[in-house]
Amino acid sequence: MNFETVAARPVAAELHLPPVAPKMSIRNLDFFYGRFQGLKGINLDVAERRVTAFIGPSGCGKSTLLRTLNRMYSLYPGQRAVGEIMLDGENILAPGVDINMLRAKVGMVFQKPTPFPMSIYDNIAFGVGLYERMSPRQMDERVEWALTKAAMWNEAKDKLKQSGMALSGGQQQRLCIARAVAVKPEVLLLDEPTSALDPISTAKIEELITELKEDYTIAIVTHNMQQAARVSDFTGYMYLGELIEFGATDDLFLKPKRKETEDYITGRFG
Amino acid sequence: MNEHTHKQFDAEMETIRSGVLAMGGLAETQLTRAIAVLRDDENEGEIDRVGAVEHEINRMQMTIDQQCSQIIAKRQPAAIDLRMILTITKIVNDLERIGDEVKKIAYKAAQTRGSDQLAQVRHHDVAHAADRAQEMLQMALDVFARLDAAAAAEVIEQDGEIDAAFLAIMRQLISYMMEDPRTIGPALEIVFIAKSIERIGDHAKNIAEAVVQVVRGKDVRHASAEEIRAEVAAE
Repeated sequence: MNFETVAARPVAAELHLPPVAPKMSIRNLDFFYGRFQGLKGINLDVAERRVTAFIGPSGCGKSTLLRTLNRMYSLYPGQRAVGEIMLDGENILAPGVDINMLRAKVGMVFQKPTPFPMSIYDNIAFGVGLYERMSPRQMDERVEWALTKAAMWNEAKDKLKQSGMALSGGQQQRLCIARAVAVKPEVLLLDEPTSALDPISTAKIEELITELKEDYTIAIVTHNMQQAARVSDFTGYMYLGELIEFGATDDLFLKPKRKETEDYITGRFG
Repeated sequence: MNEHTHKQFDAEMETIRSGVLAMGGLAETQLTRAIAVLRDDENEGEIDRVGAVEHEINRMQMTIDQQCSQIIAKRQPAAIDLRMILTITKIVNDLERIGDEVKKIAYKAAQTRGSDQLAQVRHHDVAHAADRAQEMLQMALDVFARLDAAAAAEVIEQDGEIDAAFLAIMRQLISYMMEDPRTIGPALEIVFIAKSIERIGDHAKNIAEAVVQVVRGKDVRHASAEEIRAEVAAE
């Protein structure tokens, strides 16, 4: 299930989409929670500067897959991944990979907004300061840049010293996206970024995702199928730890190839 | 297809689908009446009934369109459900147009009743073409009910026969008109009837093409017969 065949479709050419290159290539990936196997033989490419969505019922392994892409799992004992995940030609699962540098390259935003208990400004500057030395002026510029990227600058510019915890849920989530963007990652992982948000905040985040893909490679896990249909270029349907179908979102939601996928997206599942 | 987790979704889809079949049934009955008028063996009041039922068909078109809009708004159908709903909005359009054409056939057939010279053309060639169009419509509706792409391809191919019958009737009528200018008036009415029959064939073909789109997810509207055959034969 390699997206190159999908990307080479005539439709992609008709839409004048720029050619697609893989940013991350996942090969024969198995994942274990102790003895339980959470992912089984995943093969898939995540396209550069595109949005790749993973859908599937609870427990299908979609969040697990996302968590392998920046080795978030290695914070927990007993969890291990076997196989290969190539990021720009380097296997990030190999021993000796600098995990902090990997997470600077592959940022993540979680389901519940998780601002640090500090000011809006410091929420963003804190992460940047860990990776880069810069003057206060440069830092100001970076904070403004990140908040602008996350479509938050206008709302936040007059209250940068206020606590990030005092923002609304939607604003907190955009602050988290700004924080992730601030360290200039190459890939952004979004794990159900809007499931705790109201429809307007959700629409703002979805709009943001579309803007961010100009510069970033994005992988998103979502329970909301219409959201996957709206924001993603490629979609993978997962079930019981396996990738059942992967293809261009336009195809998958109109004429999926596998019956299991059709049953799931049309609400005939279980 | 398995059932939806939301049983109400299934019930709504079924209501729409059976509405389409009921509407198609009415169009078929209408065509039977129009053919009876063409053959001069209709019962008392047949023409009035054609007019009344045509209103009923129009009303059903609006009802089904409304139901389709509601299901899209409320359920955000995807994949086969979405293709089905989009296709149904096209099919009811075709059925409504068939209703219009049938009404024209019945009214014009009643108008041309007195023309003995052309009775042969009306009773045989035109009525025969109308029989073929009716068969085609019946098959198209059957194909929709069963979602049978292979049978849909056969319906699509039949349209050529009706087109050929239309051209043959035209040639025949032109000969009559050249031989005896007094036949020009009624002959032109019969041309309109034949054209309506030909249009019914086109609409039946549209319905069959729509069924291929539902089942295969492939738009075959402007494809050649070979391409359609290849599409329905594939996997």
